[in-house]
Amino acid sequence: MDMITGTITTTTKATPMLDDFALRAALAGIGVALAAAPLGCFVVWRRMAYFGDATSHAALLGVALALTFQGPVLLGVLVVALLMALAVSTLSGRGLAEDTLLGVMAHAALALGLVAVSLLHGVRVDLMAYLFGDILAVTKSDLALIWGGAVLVIALLTWRWTALLSATLNPDLARASGINPRREQLVLTLTLAITVACAIKVVGALLIAALLIIPAAAARPLARTPEAMAAIAAGIGALAALGGLGASFQWDTPTGPSIVSVAAGAFVLTSLLRSTFKARR
Amino acid sequence: MRPLIETRGMTLAQGGTPVLRHVDFAINAGEIVTIVGPNGSGKSTLLKGLIGALTPVSGTITRAPDLSIGYVPQSLHIDPTLPLTVQRFMNLPRRSKPQAVADALRHAGLPDLGRAQMSELSGGQFQRVLLARALLMRPNLLILDEATQGLDQPGSAAFYRQIEEVRADLGCAVLMVSHDLHVVMAASDRVLCVNGHICCEGTPEVVRDAPEYRALFGSGTQGALALYRHEHNHDHGHDHGHDHHDHEGHTHAG
Repeated sequence: MDMITGTITTTTKATPMLDDFALRAALAGIGVALAAAPLGCFVVWRRMAYFGDATSHAALLGVALALTFQGPVLLGVLVVALLMALAVSTLSGRGLAEDTLLGVMAHAALALGLVAVSLLHGVRVDLMAYLFGDILAVTKSDLALIWGGAVLVIALLTWRWTALLSATLNPDLARASGINPRREQLVLTLTLAITVACAIKVVGALLIAALLIIPAAAARPLARTPEAMAAIAAGIGALAALGGLGASFQWDTPTGPSIVSVAAGAFVLTSLLRSTFKARR
Repeated sequence: MRPLIETRGMTLAQGGTPVLRHVDFAINAGEIVTIVGPNGSGKSTLLKGLIGALTPVSGTITRAPDLSIGYVPQSLHIDPTLPLTVQRFMNLPRRSKPQAVADALRHAGLPDLGRAQMSELSGGQFQRVLLARALLMRPNLLILDEATQGLDQPGSAAFYRQIEEVRADLGCAVLMVSHDLHVVMAASDRVLCVNGHICCEGTPEVVRDAPEYRALFGSGTQGALALYRHEHNHDHGHDHGHDHHDHEGHTHAG
């Protein structure tokens, strides 16, 4: 981060802190990473990778609808992502195999969103920005929304943490202790929709699920408890956001994919660490 | 005495299809009740209804105000992506004092292996940790759903001996489902034979001789299903489980 802000501040010395677009980008990336990491752990533990995909791909449809009705994009994304997540959790466990159902919904949502965006008349939409994120264009109000959302997600997850963990472990066991697994599922659904809405500007609809899953997966070999895994995932996510941002400045690569690439690098690294450690024992 | 839990005319369905009809059931404090029945007969469904995981389609469930259930599931699959120490597992969903955790582990016949990962445990240790977790809440009703699945014969015999000890120590009622008639019925005060409804019920001897039970389990397997009965309300120090050959003689006589 020092490297990035350091080079930029030489040119924009006199401006107040948040006027620096690189700093805003870094803060936005960290905010999203912090919310995505603990949520991503649940996505991984509960094997809901496609669930994340379906919800985040639906975001594009939300963008199209918001632009059609000239409403705020973030609200459109939030509403559609929430509807999608609710639809998926209601439909799952009713006949069709879950991965098939989620696969259908994830890709259908993406396709529908792309079609809907192309049908928009009179509005020029920067499709790439919504697909891959446009973190360098994050405004102060975007930043406020991202951090507001991140704090809300983290607060919800912290509040429900043990209940969520119990329900994840075994629904019947949770029931016997007076926990309603369906209600906990709803908490995850809600936090997922909020995270998607916050993250679309940072990594784009295509890669939000990656930001959920990869840091959590990278943290797994280093953790011995669920809480440690969430914390390490948050750290890895934040580092990936900064590293990806730096790389994107350096080589002029798209920021979202750069962030995800750095996270994937971390995953490879921790996996290798684990296997060498195991081999030595 | 008021039962801990009582059902009247309870019908339970799984995915819209009734699995278990018109169940009148009650369990009293300190009782050991075993549910037997063929695969798909609704044994686990009955437990799910009792712990509240399934809502009855019709009929009623009455739970005593002081009812506290310790539930040991049939099996527990922990996703390999979820790191979990025994200590952390024992503190789900409620935190307990480290001393209470150590006590529960000891009650379940385990050394203090709180720092071990759940994935590192053997099958027998894993089931005992599940038992220990159920004991943490000081339940007055312990419910076990085929808790010895995946354990070998000596392993499950040892596990059930542990249950008897737990009952003796804590005085809780025990309700268990089992395939393992051989081992389980021995310890039971009452046996329920289930096949879509309650076919017959009574002391192990009564159920064994009931025509409904014979129809389900046949009489040709008497050797394997031999019933025996300990006087388990006296001495818990002595060895259970391996001495049933002595008993087979008189149980065969029936």
